[in-house]
Amino acid sequence: MSLDDWALALHVLSAFSLVAGVIFFWVLIVAVRQADTAERTLRLGPLTRVADAAVGVGMGGTILLGIWLAFSVGGYEIWNGWIVAAIVLWLIAAEFGRRTSAAFAVGVRKARELDAAGQSGPNSELLKVNRTRSGVLLQALSSAVVLLIIIDMIWKPGA
Amino acid sequence: MSVFAIIRPDSWNFPLLLHVFGAMVLVGGLLSAVGSLAFARGDARLLRLGYWALLAVSLPGWLAMRIGAGWISSKEGWDNLPEDALPTWLRAGGFIADAGGLILLVSLVVGGVGVYRLREGKGSGLLKATLLLSVVLLGAYVVAAWAMAGKPD
Repeated sequence: MSLDDWALALHVLSAFSLVAGVIFFWVLIVAVRQADTAERTLRLGPLTRVADAAVGVGMGGTILLGIWLAFSVGGYEIWNGWIVAAIVLWLIAAEFGRRTSAAFAVGVRKARELDAAGQSGPNSELLKVNRTRSGVLLQALSSAVVLLIIIDMIWKPGA
Repeated sequence: MSVFAIIRPDSWNFPLLLHVFGAMVLVGGLLSAVGSLAFARGDARLLRLGYWALLAVSLPGWLAMRIGAGWISSKEGWDNLPEDALPTWLRAGGFIADAGGLILLVSLVVGGVGVYRLREGKGSGLLKATLLLSVVLLGAYVVAAWAMAGKPD
Protein backbone atom coordinates (compact mmCIF):
# COMPACT_ATOMS: atom_id res chain seq x y z
CA MET A 1 0.00 0.00 0.00
CA SER A 2 1.28 3.46 -0.92
CA LEU A 3 1.11 6.45 1.41
CA ASP A 4 -1.94 7.68 -0.51
CA ASP A 5 -3.62 4.26 -0.12
CA TRP A 6 -3.05 4.50 3.64
CA ALA A 7 -4.35 8.07 3.69
CA LEU A 8 -7.49 7.00 1.81
CA ALA A 9 -8.06 4.01 4.13
CA LEU A 10 -7.69 6.20 7.23
CA HIS A 11 -9.88 8.91 5.64
CA VAL A 12 -12.64 6.33 5.12
CA LEU A 13 -12.15 4.94 8.66
CA SER A 14 -12.45 8.51 9.98
CA ALA A 15 -15.77 8.81 8.12
CA PHE A 16 -16.88 5.56 9.80
CA SER A 17 -15.90 7.02 13.17
CA LEU A 18 -17.85 10.21 12.45
CA VAL A 19 -21.03 8.39 11.40
CA ALA A 20 -20.69 5.94 14.32
CA GLY A 21 -20.46 8.88 16.72
CA VAL A 22 -23.49 10.58 15.15
CA ILE A 23 -25.50 7.34 15.47
CA PHE A 24 -24.38 6.89 19.08
CA PHE A 25 -25.67 10.42 19.79
CA TRP A 26 -29.06 9.41 18.29
CA VAL A 27 -29.14 6.41 20.65
CA LEU A 28 -28.32 8.74 23.56
CA ILE A 29 -31.00 11.21 22.48
CA VAL A 30 -33.56 8.39 22.62
CA ALA A 31 -32.25 7.35 26.07
CA VAL A 32 -32.20 10.86 27.57
CA ARG A 33 -35.87 11.40 26.60
CA GLN A 34 -36.77 9.00 29.43
CA ALA A 35 -34.37 10.60 31.93
CA ASP A 36 -36.41 12.50 34.51
CA THR A 37 -33.90 12.33 37.38
CA ALA A 38 -30.44 13.80 37.81
CA GLU A 39 -28.95 10.32 38.31
CA ARG A 40 -30.44 8.95 35.08
CA THR A 41 -29.27 12.01 33.14
CA LEU A 42 -25.74 12.05 34.55
CA ARG A 43 -25.43 8.26 34.09
CA LEU A 44 -25.23 8.91 30.33
CA GLY A 45 -22.15 11.14 30.77
CA PRO A 46 -19.47 8.47 30.07
CA LEU A 47 -21.41 7.30 27.00
CA THR A 48 -21.55 10.87 25.71
CA ARG A 49 -17.76 11.09 26.03
CA VAL A 50 -17.35 7.95 23.87
CA ALA A 51 -19.64 9.43 21.19
CA ASP A 52 -17.82 12.78 21.45
CA ALA A 53 -14.46 11.05 20.93
CA ALA A 54 -15.79 9.17 17.87
CA VAL A 55 -17.12 12.38 16.32
CA GLY A 56 -13.91 14.26 17.16
CA VAL A 57 -11.66 11.62 15.59
CA GLY A 58 -14.02 11.45 12.62
CA MET A 59 -14.23 15.18 12.01
CA GLY A 60 -10.46 15.68 12.40
CA GLY A 61 -9.49 12.65 10.32
CA THR A 62 -11.87 13.33 7.45
CA ILE A 63 -10.83 16.96 6.94
CA LEU A 64 -7.07 16.54 7.45
CA LEU A 65 -6.71 13.38 5.38
CA GLY A 66 -9.24 14.64 2.84
CA ILE A 67 -7.20 17.79 2.22
CA TRP A 68 -4.02 15.68 2.09
CA LEU A 69 -5.60 13.46 -0.57
CA ALA A 70 -6.86 16.45 -2.59
CA PHE A 71 -3.27 17.76 -2.87
CA SER A 72 -1.52 14.40 -3.17
CA VAL A 73 -3.64 12.36 -5.58
CA GLY A 74 -3.30 12.99 -9.29
CA GLY A 75 -6.45 14.04 -11.11
CA TYR A 76 -8.00 15.86 -8.16
CA GLU A 77 -7.51 19.50 -7.11
CA ILE A 78 -8.59 21.21 -3.91
CA TRP A 79 -10.74 23.65 -5.93
CA ASN A 80 -12.75 20.87 -7.66
CA GLY A 81 -16.43 21.60 -7.09
CA TRP A 82 -17.21 18.38 -5.21
CA ILE A 83 -14.20 18.85 -2.90
CA VAL A 84 -15.12 22.48 -2.15
CA ALA A 85 -18.72 21.33 -1.52
CA ALA A 86 -17.46 18.65 0.89
CA ILE A 87 -15.38 21.20 2.84
CA VAL A 88 -18.32 23.64 3.04
CA LEU A 89 -20.65 20.82 4.17
CA TRP A 90 -18.04 19.73 6.74
CA LEU A 91 -18.01 23.27 8.19
CA ILE A 92 -21.83 23.32 8.31
CA ALA A 93 -21.88 19.89 10.01
CA ALA A 94 -19.33 21.12 12.57
CA GLU A 95 -21.50 24.14 13.41
CA PHE A 96 -24.69 22.07 13.67
CA GLY A 97 -22.84 19.60 15.87
CA ARG A 98 -21.61 22.40 18.16
CA ARG A 99 -25.14 23.78 18.50
CA THR A 100 -26.57 20.30 19.14
CA SER A 101 -24.08 19.79 21.99
CA ALA A 102 -25.04 23.17 23.45
CA ALA A 103 -28.76 22.28 23.30
CA PHE A 104 -28.29 19.02 25.21
CA ALA A 105 -25.78 20.53 27.66
CA VAL A 106 -28.69 22.46 29.24
CA GLY A 107 -30.11 19.20 30.59
CA VAL A 108 -26.73 18.11 31.94
CA ARG A 109 -26.29 21.45 33.75
CA LYS A 110 -29.78 21.17 35.22
CA ALA A 111 -29.08 17.60 36.37
CA ARG A 112 -25.84 18.73 38.06
CA GLU A 113 -27.72 21.52 39.87
CA LEU A 114 -30.36 19.07 41.09
CA ASP A 115 -27.68 16.58 42.13
CA ALA A 116 -25.77 19.28 44.04
CA ALA A 117 -29.00 20.32 45.78
CA GLY A 118 -29.64 16.71 46.79
CA GLN A 119 -32.84 16.46 44.73
CA SER A 120 -32.82 12.87 43.53
CA GLY A 121 -36.51 12.44 42.60
CA PRO A 122 -38.19 12.90 39.21
CA ASN A 123 -38.16 16.48 37.95
CA SER A 124 -40.52 17.63 35.20
CA GLU A 125 -38.36 20.62 34.27
CA LEU A 126 -35.34 18.35 33.77
CA LEU A 127 -37.41 15.99 31.63
CA LYS A 128 -38.55 18.93 29.52
CA VAL A 129 -35.01 20.18 28.82
CA ASN A 130 -33.84 16.62 28.14
CA ARG A 131 -36.55 16.38 25.47
CA THR A 132 -35.32 19.51 23.71
CA ARG A 133 -36.94 19.82 20.28
CA SER A 134 -34.30 22.22 19.01
CA GLY A 135 -31.60 19.71 19.99
CA VAL A 136 -33.31 16.93 18.03
CA LEU A 137 -33.81 19.25 15.04
CA LEU A 138 -30.15 20.31 15.08
CA GLN A 139 -29.03 16.68 15.37
CA ALA A 140 -31.27 15.78 12.39
CA LEU A 141 -29.79 18.64 10.35
CA SER A 142 -26.26 17.66 11.33
CA SER A 143 -26.94 14.03 10.36
CA ALA A 144 -28.47 15.10 7.02
CA VAL A 145 -25.39 17.19 6.21
CA VAL A 146 -23.07 14.25 7.05
CA LEU A 147 -25.15 12.06 4.70
CA LEU A 148 -24.82 14.73 1.99
CA ILE A 149 -21.02 14.63 2.44
CA ILE A 150 -21.03 10.85 1.93
CA ILE A 151 -23.23 11.20 -1.18
CA ASP A 152 -20.86 13.92 -2.48
CA MET A 153 -17.85 11.66 -1.85
CA ILE A 154 -19.41 8.75 -3.77
CA TRP A 155 -20.97 10.62 -6.70
CA LYS A 156 -18.14 13.18 -6.98
CA PRO A 157 -20.29 15.54 -9.11
CA GLY A 158 -18.27 17.26 -11.79
CA ALA A 159 -15.22 14.96 -11.41
CA MET B 1 -3.16 4.84 -13.54
CA SER B 2 -3.97 5.57 -9.92
CA VAL B 3 -7.02 3.79 -8.54
CA PHE B 4 -8.21 7.20 -7.36
CA ALA B 5 -8.60 8.42 -10.91
CA ILE B 6 -10.99 5.66 -11.92
CA ILE B 7 -14.48 7.08 -12.36
CA ARG B 8 -17.35 4.68 -11.72
CA PRO B 9 -20.40 4.52 -13.96
CA ASP B 10 -23.24 6.47 -12.29
CA SER B 11 -25.32 3.28 -12.02
CA TRP B 12 -22.78 1.88 -9.51
CA ASN B 13 -23.09 4.79 -7.10
CA PHE B 14 -26.35 3.94 -5.35
CA PRO B 15 -25.41 0.30 -4.61
CA LEU B 16 -22.06 1.58 -3.30
CA LEU B 17 -23.83 4.16 -1.12
CA LEU B 18 -26.11 1.45 0.27
CA HIS B 19 -23.09 -0.78 1.00
CA VAL B 20 -20.93 1.94 2.59
CA PHE B 21 -23.72 3.68 4.53
CA GLY B 22 -25.08 0.33 5.72
CA ALA B 23 -21.60 -0.58 6.99
CA MET B 24 -21.36 2.80 8.75
CA VAL B 25 -24.73 2.27 10.44
CA LEU B 26 -23.64 -1.25 11.44
CA VAL B 27 -20.45 0.13 13.05
CA GLY B 28 -22.44 2.95 14.68
CA GLY B 29 -24.84 0.44 16.23
CA LEU B 30 -21.94 -1.69 17.44
CA LEU B 31 -20.20 1.33 18.99
CA SER B 32 -23.47 2.33 20.71
CA ALA B 33 -23.97 -1.23 21.99
CA VAL B 34 -20.38 -1.57 23.22
CA GLY B 35 -20.47 1.86 24.92
CA SER B 36 -23.82 1.25 26.61
CA LEU B 37 -23.07 -2.32 27.72
CA ALA B 38 -19.53 -1.49 28.88
CA PHE B 39 -20.64 1.45 31.05
CA ALA B 40 -23.87 -0.17 32.31
CA ARG B 41 -22.29 -1.69 35.47
CA GLY B 42 -25.46 -3.66 36.12
CA ASP B 43 -27.88 -0.79 35.30
CA ALA B 44 -30.78 -2.58 33.55
CA ARG B 45 -31.74 0.53 31.55
CA LEU B 46 -28.29 0.84 29.98
CA LEU B 47 -28.08 -2.92 29.39
CA ARG B 48 -31.40 -2.73 27.49
CA LEU B 49 -30.21 0.36 25.61
CA GLY B 50 -27.08 -1.48 24.47
CA TYR B 51 -29.08 -4.50 23.34
CA TRP B 52 -31.63 -2.40 21.46
CA ALA B 53 -28.84 -0.48 19.71
CA LEU B 54 -27.56 -3.82 18.47
CA LEU B 55 -31.00 -5.00 17.37
CA ALA B 56 -32.51 -1.80 15.95
CA VAL B 57 -29.37 -0.20 14.48
CA SER B 58 -26.68 -2.82 13.80
CA LEU B 59 -28.93 -5.49 12.30
CA PRO B 60 -30.59 -3.19 9.69
CA GLY B 61 -27.13 -1.74 9.00
CA TRP B 62 -25.73 -5.22 8.37
CA LEU B 63 -28.63 -6.04 6.03
CA ALA B 64 -28.14 -2.82 4.04
CA MET B 65 -24.37 -3.41 3.91
CA ARG B 66 -24.78 -7.01 2.70
CA ILE B 67 -27.48 -6.21 0.10
CA GLY B 68 -25.34 -3.29 -1.17
CA ALA B 69 -22.28 -5.58 -1.29
CA GLY B 70 -24.06 -8.19 -3.41
CA TRP B 71 -25.48 -5.50 -5.70
CA ILE B 72 -22.21 -3.63 -6.30
CA SER B 73 -20.34 -6.93 -6.66
CA SER B 74 -22.65 -8.02 -9.48
CA LYS B 75 -22.40 -4.59 -11.15
CA GLU B 76 -18.59 -4.69 -11.04
CA GLY B 77 -18.53 -8.22 -12.44
CA TRP B 78 -16.84 -9.89 -9.45
CA ASP B 79 -19.61 -12.52 -9.41
CA ASN B 80 -18.40 -13.87 -12.75
CA LEU B 81 -14.91 -14.65 -11.45
CA PRO B 82 -13.83 -17.85 -9.65
CA GLU B 83 -13.20 -17.46 -5.92
CA ASP B 84 -9.42 -17.77 -6.22
CA ALA B 85 -9.30 -15.00 -8.84
CA LEU B 86 -10.79 -12.45 -6.46
CA PRO B 87 -8.42 -9.93 -4.85
CA THR B 88 -7.46 -10.54 -1.21
CA TRP B 89 -9.23 -7.40 0.06
CA LEU B 90 -12.50 -8.52 -1.49
CA ARG B 91 -12.28 -12.07 -0.12
CA ALA B 92 -11.28 -10.80 3.33
CA GLY B 93 -14.06 -8.21 3.34
CA GLY B 94 -16.64 -10.74 2.19
CA PHE B 95 -15.56 -13.31 4.77
CA ILE B 96 -15.66 -10.78 7.63
CA ALA B 97 -19.07 -9.48 6.47
CA ASP B 98 -20.64 -12.95 6.40
CA ALA B 99 -18.95 -14.43 9.47
CA GLY B 100 -19.69 -11.18 11.29
CA GLY B 101 -23.37 -11.49 10.39
CA LEU B 102 -23.45 -14.93 11.98
CA ILE B 103 -21.73 -13.65 15.15
CA LEU B 104 -24.16 -10.70 15.21
CA LEU B 105 -27.10 -13.11 15.13
CA VAL B 106 -25.59 -15.20 17.95
CA SER B 107 -24.97 -12.08 20.04
CA LEU B 108 -28.57 -10.94 19.43
CA VAL B 109 -29.99 -14.28 20.55
CA VAL B 110 -27.74 -14.42 23.63
CA GLY B 111 -28.47 -10.77 24.44
CA GLY B 112 -32.19 -11.26 23.85
CA VAL B 113 -32.29 -14.03 26.45
CA GLY B 114 -30.24 -11.79 28.74
CA VAL B 115 -32.64 -8.84 28.35
CA TYR B 116 -35.62 -11.16 28.99
CA ARG B 117 -33.98 -12.45 32.17
CA LEU B 118 -33.33 -8.90 33.41
CA ARG B 119 -36.98 -8.90 34.58
CA GLU B 120 -35.98 -11.49 37.18
CA GLY B 121 -32.84 -9.57 38.11
CA LYS B 122 -30.66 -11.98 36.11
CA GLY B 123 -29.19 -11.94 32.61
CA SER B 124 -26.30 -9.49 33.05
CA GLY B 125 -23.82 -12.36 32.45
CA LEU B 126 -25.41 -13.09 29.08
CA LEU B 127 -25.26 -9.41 28.21
CA LYS B 128 -21.55 -9.43 29.09
CA ALA B 129 -21.17 -12.18 26.47
CA THR B 130 -23.06 -9.92 24.03
CA LEU B 131 -20.64 -7.11 24.91
CA LEU B 132 -17.65 -9.37 24.24
CA LEU B 133 -19.05 -10.49 20.88
CA SER B 134 -19.84 -6.86 19.98
CA VAL B 135 -16.26 -5.79 20.74
CA VAL B 136 -14.96 -8.60 18.49
CA LEU B 137 -17.39 -7.56 15.74
CA LEU B 138 -16.46 -3.87 16.05
CA GLY B 139 -12.77 -4.74 15.66
CA ALA B 140 -13.45 -7.09 12.75
CA TYR B 141 -15.56 -4.55 10.86
CA VAL B 142 -12.95 -1.81 11.36
CA VAL B 143 -10.40 -4.17 9.76
CA ALA B 144 -12.90 -4.94 6.95
CA ALA B 145 -13.51 -1.22 6.31
CA TRP B 146 -9.74 -0.62 6.22
CA ALA B 147 -9.29 -3.52 3.75
CA MET B 148 -12.14 -2.37 1.49
CA ALA B 149 -10.90 1.24 1.46
CA GLY B 150 -7.14 0.62 1.21
CA LYS B 151 -7.43 -2.48 -1.00
CA PRO B 152 -4.10 -4.09 0.06
CA ASP B 153 -3.08 -7.07 -2.04
